[in-house]
Amino acid sequence: MRRALAALLLLALPAAAPVGAEERRSGFADMTPATQAMQRDDAANPGMLWALEGEALWLAPVGRAAKACAACHGDAAASMRGVAARYPAMDDATGQAVDLAGRIALCQVRHQQADPAPRESQPALALAAYVGLQSRGLPITPAEDSRMATLRAAGEALYRERRGQLDLSCAQCHDDNAGRRLAGSVIPQGHPTGYPIYRLEWQAVGSLQRRLRGCMTGVRSEPYAYGAPEYIAIEAFLMGRAAGMAVETPAVRP
Amino acid sequence: MIRAVLLALILAAPARAEEALPRPAGIAPGDPARGRVIVADRQRGLCLLCHAGPFPEERFQGNLAPNLAGAGSRWTEGQLRLRLVDGRRLNPATIMPSYGRTEGLHHVGRVWQGRTILGPQEIEDVVAYLTTLKE
Repeated sequence: MRRALAALLLLALPAAAPVGAEERRSGFADMTPATQAMQRDDAANPGMLWALEGEALWLAPVGRAAKACAACHGDAAASMRGVAARYPAMDDATGQAVDLAGRIALCQVRHQQADPAPRESQPALALAAYVGLQSRGLPITPAEDSRMATLRAAGEALYRERRGQLDLSCAQCHDDNAGRRLAGSVIPQGHPTGYPIYRLEWQAVGSLQRRLRGCMTGVRSEPYAYGAPEYIAIEAFLMGRAAGMAVETPAVRP
Repeated sequence: MIRAVLLALILAAPARAEEALPRPAGIAPGDPARGRVIVADRQRGLCLLCHAGPFPEERFQGNLAPNLAGAGSRWTEGQLRLRLVDGRRLNPATIMPSYGRTEGLHHVGRVWQGRTILGPQEIEDVVAYLTTLKE
């Protein structure tokens, strides 16, 4: 009887369990040794060029306020440590969630009285890479905020929603088929541990939103515009899913 | 007991796996040679992104789905056609896209709206090719 009960309990377990903490795997683990070495070595990691440019921008006075980021925040190594690991986060002034790039842009408008660099522009990516670098090696730690929980749920719904002419959801590849090969490429679990990343395919640094747009176009769906709240929600969900994994910014990916 | 056995049988039976689609009226029988080209074309058929198959000249074939080798032994022409046109009718959770369906899709990219992945004649060509894959 007890054995039968145990068997029943086993059967009752969900068939498609979510990716567990033990089985989580950064895309880094599936890269060739040469690409892994490129990420590990700051002198070889092309993303470090963006981070270096970001450091120069951090120190440069800009805007009508003629203030540098450093004028308020000081040494980024201290003040920005761990910051990227907890974004997206709520902006209390607007009540909207923002990603790290959005937070930097808000800071430029409010405090430097500057026109923010457009999303995905070189200076925007450079500053995000520099701020992200200050969290490298630290665990992803999403904010414990009920509004963020709501956002994460919305992001999960988008992640599980089938879309496009190919009618595929993110989850169908990155949960159900991670580790298998789509043509020649191993499908990663989709943990956003290293953004902005230097992608060999792009020959440049790009944001998570650029990466999400690539997948959306791949299933022949209409991507959202850069900065759309849908991307922030998906990022919030993915960062929650990756909680505890180490930040790799600026990561290198094929 | 009999009811339990019957229920188990019903649950175990593949859902309408034997169902088939006839060739649509006005569409000519497919050409296997054209079908093979479509299957191997990663922008048109997309098949090798997920399936491997008897294509020694093609590198980087996927392993998300069954090997196409032997598809013509496993399924009849009409069953293959149904799986291509709308496999979701057999298995709503399948990752196999429906090559001949435009309804029930969401957020379709502007350039793809109202268009099926393959046209009916292309689907016939692919079906004709797959039926030649006997093991």
